[in-house]
Amino acid sequence: MPGMTITEKIMAKNSGKAHVSPGENVWVNVDILMTHDVCGPGTIGIFHEKFGRSAKVWDKDRVVIIPDHYIFTADDKCHRNVQILRDFVREQGLKYYYDPEFVKNEPGMPSPYKDPTKTNYKGVCHKALPEEGHVRPGEILLGTDSHTCTAGAFGQFATGVGNTDAAFTLGTGKTWLKVPPTMKFTFHGQIPPYLTAKDLILAVIGEIGVAGATYQTMYFAGEGISSLTLEDRMTLTNMAIEAGGKNGVCDVDEKTLQYVRHRSTRPNWEVFRDDADAQYCYQRQWDLATLEPLVAKPHSPDNRDTAHNCRSVKIDRAYIGSCTGGKITDMIFSASILKGNKVKVPTFVVPGSTEVHADMKRLNLRGVPKDTNEKSIEDILLDAGCKVGPSGCSACLGGPADTFGRLNGSEVCISTTNRNFPGRMGSPTSAVYLASPLTVAASALTGHVTDPREYVTQPIETGTAGVL
Amino acid sequence: MENIIRGKAFVLGDNIDTDQIIPAKFLAYNPSDPAERKFFGMYAMNGVPAGQTGLPAGNIPFVRPNEFKSEFTIVIGGKNFGCGSSREHAPLAIAEAGARVVIAEFYARIFFRNCVNGGYLVPCESVQRLVEKVHTGDELVVDLAQCTVTNETRKATYELKPLGDVKPIIEAGGVFEYARMAGMIKR
Ligand code: SF4
Repeated sequence: MPGMTITEKIMAKNSGKAHVSPGENVWVNVDILMTHDVCGPGTIGIFHEKFGRSAKVWDKDRVVIIPDHYIFTADDKCHRNVQILRDFVREQGLKYYYDPEFVKNEPGMPSPYKDPTKTNYKGVCHKALPEEGHVRPGEILLGTDSHTCTAGAFGQFATGVGNTDAAFTLGTGKTWLKVPPTMKFTFHGQIPPYLTAKDLILAVIGEIGVAGATYQTMYFAGEGISSLTLEDRMTLTNMAIEAGGKNGVCDVDEKTLQYVRHRSTRPNWEVFRDDADAQYCYQRQWDLATLEPLVAKPHSPDNRDTAHNCRSVKIDRAYIGSCTGGKITDMIFSASILKGNKVKVPTFVVPGSTEVHADMKRLNLRGVPKDTNEKSIEDILLDAGCKVGPSGCSACLGGPADTFGRLNGSEVCISTTNRNFPGRMGSPTSAVYLASPLTVAASALTGHVTDPREYVTQPIETGTAGVL
Repeated sequence: MENIIRGKAFVLGDNIDTDQIIPAKFLAYNPSDPAERKFFGMYAMNGVPAGQTGLPAGNIPFVRPNEFKSEFTIVIGGKNFGCGSSREHAPLAIAEAGARVVIAEFYARIFFRNCVNGGYLVPCESVQRLVEKVHTGDELVVDLAQCTVTNETRKATYELKPLGDVKPIIEAGGVFEYARMAGMIKR
């Protein structure tokens, strides 16, 4: 029998088999199930309908509920949906729930928290999951959100499912999965200062197309990946779904182990590696020194071009946020370009989690705790003229009309998010360029798509940001 | 599951993502509440750019303004149908509007899975591309036993790929019904 990949080994372990092969259907035990405010109410409804009003979830410590999508809005239904989650958490006695406070503001919208250091609310689920210790190598994580694949950066199998699948798992702890074949993307060399993982994943998606990895695992390997911070690896696996991938996965190394040991809510996990004779259905290699800063032009994540080629494109807005580009290292990347300058277009900054927001206040530009007289990352962004909103999904998916940063007209926006489908960030007549936080920040300063090499001259330190 | 499904075709292009099928602003409706669920039918395909709804002519709404049901039963799509967000609201919206079958060249994984496991729609794959061969409004007959779709308006029959592994789940009516029949969960 041929060797197995990380993904195959995890599926074998969780289905109680010694060996599985691509194409095989297996019933697996699920380690963690996550849902949020958009898909939670539907999932809970199906759970009650199918298992009965008095049914209990299979394991109350393995269900994680993270409201994040429609939080910073005055919309009644959105608040009602959060209430459905709260009622379910109480009914089931769930341990892991991260409630928004809905602090009354005048005028307008209730904010999900007052102080990011003193709230139980987290923000974007994919950022909060590892922070709160729900992500471990070798496990299976399902979430009612397509970007659940983000957690593959930690050497686990993580994928998005619908409400019915989630409701089934809630009641049984199981799901069926088809074992995917693995595509291997190897990056050689060290990440240069003008690139982030966003450029790498845009290169990959541009190469294979938005359906290029349908039903397949995307395995990111090589010393180029080891040279990335954990947060930047999350950017890669996060966008596996943009190529249609079932999951994305990276090798576990000291950086991963250190983070997980520090955070995990459970003591034990298993680390898997690809066997030397593991089978791949596709292989492609890149040398990081030859890659340029990239963008995905409207309206598809595979519409790849270099930032340099798009320099004549005028933009109306810049957006820095989401599970892809709202991590603390993304904030440092952006702030290092914006420092001491003023943005030319409205620039919206949305921290991916309250921990990111707290770190924006706590850390300096080098990613270490700031001295009293030093500027914080948030200070630098505010000084540059950015608007900083509360943590959450915000305009990444458009959302209700009053959503912070939403594109309500025919704006052209450059964004650190992951999707630029028609109308994704709001109005169907808007247009979105996807890019790295470096490219977005450089473009915010000039008012047109700008290659960040014009601003980045030396390596950007991220210190301890996002490390422990 | 019935093997013969007939009705009018509604034709779309490639990469129809779930944000187009049901835009995010409508996701605040709770699909488990019947009074709210019907709105998913009203807004199904609401995010498809106007020129691309109801090909080849375009500008044909899937559901007429202020109505809950569509006149179309069979949706024809191209490549990568249902890509993007995992929202189960997407197949639910198409089904809530009254459609029964989607025929595409191939699907994004999560959408396909949601169709099958939720028992909303039969997601068929065509052997050849049908987007340019079928016009919106054509009368079609899908035969799931024979794996064919016949265009009665244009007198042509095309092959569909067998449903394969997922057929038993579709026949059962979804993953819950399937698991009950298999004795995995209690009746
Ligand atoms: S930030 Fe955007 S992509 Fe990420 S979970 Fe929220 S809506 Fe989805």
